[in-house]
Amino acid sequence: MKVLVAVKRVVDYNVKVRVKADNSGVDLANVKMSMNPFCEIAVEEAVRLKEKGVATEIVAVTVGPTAAQEQLRTALALGADRAVLVESADELSSLAIAKALKAVVDKEQPQLVILGKQAIDSDNNQTGQMLAALSGYAQGTFASEVAVDGDSVKVTREIDGGLQTVALKLPAIVTTDLRLNEPRYASLPNIMKAKKKPLETLKPEDLGVSTASTVSTLKVEAPAARSAGIKVKSVDELVDKLKNEAKVI
Amino acid sequence: MSILVIAEHNNAELNAATLNTVAAAQAIGGDIDVLVAGAGCAAVADAAAKVAGVNKVLLADNAAYANLLPENVSLLIAELGKGYSHILAPASTNGKNYLPRVAALLDVDQISEITAVESADTFKRPIYAGNAIATVQSSAAIKVITVRATGFDAVAAEGGSASVEAVASAHDAGTSSFVGEELAKSDRPELAGAKIVISGGRGMQNGDNFEMLYKVADKLGAAVGASRAAVDAGFVPNDMQVGQTGKIVAPQLYVAVGISGAIQHLAGMKDSKVIVAINKDEEAPIFQVADYGLVADLFEAVPELEGKL
Repeated sequence: MKVLVAVKRVVDYNVKVRVKADNSGVDLANVKMSMNPFCEIAVEEAVRLKEKGVATEIVAVTVGPTAAQEQLRTALALGADRAVLVESADELSSLAIAKALKAVVDKEQPQLVILGKQAIDSDNNQTGQMLAALSGYAQGTFASEVAVDGDSVKVTREIDGGLQTVALKLPAIVTTDLRLNEPRYASLPNIMKAKKKPLETLKPEDLGVSTASTVSTLKVEAPAARSAGIKVKSVDELVDKLKNEAKVI
Repeated sequence: MSILVIAEHNNAELNAATLNTVAAAQAIGGDIDVLVAGAGCAAVADAAAKVAGVNKVLLADNAAYANLLPENVSLLIAELGKGYSHILAPASTNGKNYLPRVAALLDVDQISEITAVESADTFKRPIYAGNAIATVQSSAAIKVITVRATGFDAVAAEGGSASVEAVASAHDAGTSSFVGEELAKSDRPELAGAKIVISGGRGMQNGDNFEMLYKVADKLGAAVGASRAAVDAGFVPNDMQVGQTGKIVAPQLYVAVGISGAIQHLAGMKDSKVIVAINKDEEAPIFQVADYGLVADLFEAVPELEGKL
């Protein structure tokens, strides 16, 4: 079966972001960009499904700027067979991205779509669920285990109280949580090979997709800073402070 | 304005996060209705009817909604939600699961995990793991929003006298089914709502050593959490994880034991009122946010702390 994996180009998770002085956003000039960590897990899961003989073809897709080709090349180096870039210079809302992905799903007809559960920049946690709704597919979000069985997939999900398992009819949408797998690193030969794999570029207009949004960002501020307190010398002093100064025990 | 709040519950009890979500609805202003969708959940509807500030409770009691499967419950919420200006759900793993589906069905953007209400259409929400706070405005006809419980003080669970109205519509998309669940059983308070939380990190060295934290927790009536490092190392299950991708907590007292203080972890607990850090590495970043820091070997300090409580 064909597996579609959606990835997002985001600021590298090791970068400590700074808010711009004019409060218009965070400063991304000269900042290292990478594939969103949850998306790396999604790519890895697709590659493992192919290694098990469950998946026959992996198509990586992103909706983003021209530079997001880098993240598609990374997906190709990790084992995706070909890639699709839906190119848009604007920062799009989750709904607009889900609509673009829906158009790609209609075109590619995958049996399984795997996405990261959220991107570490906007922290929205929406795109997979929205894509599922627009496609009319079932969804297994926050997955820690994925088992394809015939025409259905069993997904174990990380939920507030523990773990939940659901069975979904294929085609279906899966979004990844941290413990689904540990992504591999791309080898140098595979990075070289990835440069020759096909990468198709489309525009949202080509797909007939509107990118209008009902949400606008008015300002972005740094969070209220929390200042360091004091060091206590002993457990006795700690207990005393908590009882008599902070009055929390 | 009229606001539909989706109740969080387990078919037996109303989850406290619902009370924080009602508080966010009050900050927006308008009539507040609460939807209780589930199976055999009439008791939850009765509890929701008593919540202060609630106008009406809608009870959708149907086998199709038993486990809040998002394929089914999103159809119900999208149908009922058309009559409201706002639809709010707690940013629990349930709310995060079904609400974006509802937004897509209504063809509107969703605003995730708000922590403050500026006005009926303007909200604050953390981005970049809480390293920046965005103020966003929505022009959508129906504003679909998940609420981070720690951002709003809970309304009173008692004092209201709303009517309960049964909702007949049964939506079964037929694309998914519930197989089973493994829920952590604990007599301690739930992490998300606990007044005191004590968490262990990689410094705990193994799962057995968490026993020390359980003993302290039992003396304090606290919940026990963990850092991602401790969960990834297999010391404790994932439902104990506090952090950007785990649970977001803001208790009166947060005690971090053997936790270095990665950004990822801080994102989940830095709004706690008082933070205590116990770590033998005095350079650990956790001390930069701790009100009280104790540089000590946790294997000596924690049993001593337990003895002195």
